[in-house]
Amino acid sequence: MSVLETKNLGISFGGLQALEDVHFSIEEGEIIGLIGPNGAGKTTVFNLLTNVYVPTAGVIELEGSSIIGKKTYQITQNGIARTFQNIRLFKDASVINNVKIAMNSQMKYSVLAGIFRLPSYRREEKAVSQRAHELLQVFNLDKYAHDYARNLPYGQQRKLEIARALATNPKVLLLDEPAAGMNPTETKELMETISLIRDKFKISILLIEHDMNFVMGICEHIVVLDYGRIIAEGTAAEVRRNPKVIAAYLGGE
Amino acid sequence: MEFFSQIINGLGIGSIYALVALGYSMVYGIVQLINFAHGDIIMVGAYMVFVFLVSLGIPIWFAVLGSILFCGIAGVVIERVAYHRLLVRDAPRISLLITAIGVSIFLQNLFQLLFGSDAKSMPRMFSFSPLQVGGLQITSSTILNIIVSVIMMAGLQLLVNKTKIGKAMRATSEDAGAAKLMGINTNTVIAFTFGIGSALASVGAVLYCNTYPQIKPTMGGLLGLKAFVAAVLGGIGSVPGAMLGGYILGVAESLTNAYISSNLTDAVVFGILIIVLLVKPTGVLGKNTREKV
Amino acid sequence: MADMSKKKKISYAVNLAIVIILYCLLSLLISQGLIDSYLSDILTMVCINVILAVSLNLVTGLLGQLVLGHAGFMLVGAYAAALFTLHSGLPLSVAFPIGLLAGGVVAALFGIIIGVPALRLKGDYLAIITLGFGEIIRVIANNLTITNGAKGLYGIQSLNSRHDLTAMFSYVFFIAVFVIFVSFTFGTSRHGRAVIAIREDEIAAEASGINTTYYKLLAFILAAFFAGVAGGLYAHQIGIIDPSKFDFNRSTEILVMVVLGGMGSITGSIISATVLTILPEALRGFSSYRMLLYSIVLICVMLFRPTGLLGRSEFSLKKTYEKLMSKRGNKSAAGKGD
Repeated sequence: MSVLETKNLGISFGGLQALEDVHFSIEEGEIIGLIGPNGAGKTTVFNLLTNVYVPTAGVIELEGSSIIGKKTYQITQNGIARTFQNIRLFKDASVINNVKIAMNSQMKYSVLAGIFRLPSYRREEKAVSQRAHELLQVFNLDKYAHDYARNLPYGQQRKLEIARALATNPKVLLLDEPAAGMNPTETKELMETISLIRDKFKISILLIEHDMNFVMGICEHIVVLDYGRIIAEGTAAEVRRNPKVIAAYLGGE
Repeated sequence: MEFFSQIINGLGIGSIYALVALGYSMVYGIVQLINFAHGDIIMVGAYMVFVFLVSLGIPIWFAVLGSILFCGIAGVVIERVAYHRLLVRDAPRISLLITAIGVSIFLQNLFQLLFGSDAKSMPRMFSFSPLQVGGLQITSSTILNIIVSVIMMAGLQLLVNKTKIGKAMRATSEDAGAAKLMGINTNTVIAFTFGIGSALASVGAVLYCNTYPQIKPTMGGLLGLKAFVAAVLGGIGSVPGAMLGGYILGVAESLTNAYISSNLTDAVVFGILIIVLLVKPTGVLGKNTREKV
Repeated sequence: MADMSKKKKISYAVNLAIVIILYCLLSLLISQGLIDSYLSDILTMVCINVILAVSLNLVTGLLGQLVLGHAGFMLVGAYAAALFTLHSGLPLSVAFPIGLLAGGVVAALFGIIIGVPALRLKGDYLAIITLGFGEIIRVIANNLTITNGAKGLYGIQSLNSRHDLTAMFSYVFFIAVFVIFVSFTFGTSRHGRAVIAIREDEIAAEASGINTTYYKLLAFILAAFFAGVAGGLYAHQIGIIDPSKFDFNRSTEILVMVVLGGMGSITGSIISATVLTILPEALRGFSSYRMLLYSIVLICVMLFRPTGLLGRSEFSLKKTYEKLMSKRGNKSAAGKGD
């Protein structure tokens, strides 16, 4: 059974069919790339997967059960985490708190326990603090732990967003243009980090990217979207040669 | 027959709500701000007419015109002084709201200090004999309200759809960033919108005083709130919506007054607000805008 | 508390010492008559306003939502507490704390009733609807017989007597300290972090697994609860409940305290609540200008220093000390967060 599967997924916004007949499946541990020209509907796919929009057609199944209609936070708690195209960090919170916030649903102490600093508070906070630091270390962000997120340089902010998404213990990680705005060194570092977290945390990753080297470099399978429909899919080599894909990016004949 | 009479009355008072609601709608359409202080502009308009007409003895038409001009300018001044900095800086919503509340309280208390908090009587400004249609008797103020407001709204539609500045207003409403890139001076457009909205509110104030000839510094509160409900009901950001909302609210109020209880009219108005906000916050004619994720 | 760092322990100890010393000093002065009843009334009002400002800060500062009907919760709590002490038949010393609790609980219930529908709305609409509810509560109170209509309730007993001038002050002082404590510990717990996340970016918070509806309601109810308790204290301090005193102006006064002190800063709220309680008393002659001045303050703060006096940070003796020390050395303070 695949970890995440969609069939015949579609959404229309008042007459405009933004996505139609989108289908793909992600197996455990796979890294899949979602590419296509601007406006193809890639982020819309993410938004459907996380219930920011409700699909007007089709099926989305996480480990066999449908997640359509579930609230976004429930979907996250069930195992799908995401990052955003325009970074959405908690700017006025510290770097480590950004991560701790994402671990909230794994903590159980009650409001009263938090207010009166009961043992369950101290126990769980200590554990979470440790986990958060470890997670930050994976991304080399631990030295910024107590800085405000808004003070981080751009590349580090992108990494923090990924760290925060990982903090929710997901089965599937949706990365929306994780390498945007990064220089070649940072991009290479990110590629290594993503491979590392896939191996270390055994998660599946679906990523949107425009940087073709990045996509071809780490994605085992690539899905190409254009005007809301899938026009091709396959390995990097297959997709690169596909005339429809070339046409979509270069604009036809 | 009585029923139709109440409907006509409702349309009459609804016209006033519509005029004021237009100001709320236009400002919201262009800067996404609920101008808390808009209701108090009505109060300012009313007092200015009072000052011109009663204290200074200026003839009625000039007094009215003077008040409209004054309010239009006041609207622009308020925007420049209180909101402009925050809009330019793209300040968080909560800052704009707090400033708007500040302006509202400022106006109320300023006029309270200047004129005292008790009500003042306004002389009857325009009156002619009531109209007889079939068995119905329609009062002069109702006729005036409906006619004036229809004219104003037609004028506004012309302005928005056929003039250059109107086009600029529509563009800025749609996408301020793109409008700026097209060479539109959005600051001027915004100031102008506030000015027009305030001028319309002042017309509403004149009509209101003609119907209920009593003014006090707190009058803007309830009237502004009702106009706001009208704007939300019709769809805030929509000009025809403001009209529709105003008329519906006026009729609802009139019917409640006649058939249920006059004590409950305010409660009904509030009830409508709550229902609209919970069921369809974008109102009858409003558009659904999604935040881009 | 074995695993707390030494620094934190010292910090706690100092804070505790300050609180106790302050209390002992003030209550001693009051009981000896060196602080007369006029001044002690002001001190009591300061504490009540601190409770109101700190509680509103939970919603306006921590959650970042503008809520305009805070006085409504105060009114509800005042009635609940006063009705209890007036009719329970229990001696005042027992009825009073129970009444206060009742006031808080009733206000919290109203918080749920209002919050569930209202918190679904965004910014502007939430502000208007909470304003509306505040007004509705007042209008209802004006018309119910149980609340004695517009005349209000009177004859509410104060805890003070000729033998014990400090009773009310003690209550308000320690409840204020408690509210400050809760506000702080809540804000730094996982629930407080979730609330902050919603303030920073609601969509990202949802995507991080946070049930935003639940947490918005939680902050709202907590604020309502404490406002209700403050209302109960107020009723027993003044001795009467006049519904017209709990109107939009009152809500605005509390809002000004929070905005001026800094939305999100507990110490900011404490300081501005203190200043804005004492100042109007000192400037009695300007009372007719008070709301005018408040409105100008609101506008000016928003225009020139929207984060308020202290912004989101807390005044801390430790940080002030460190800053003074580091000015001698070469350390740069590079915007450290929490």
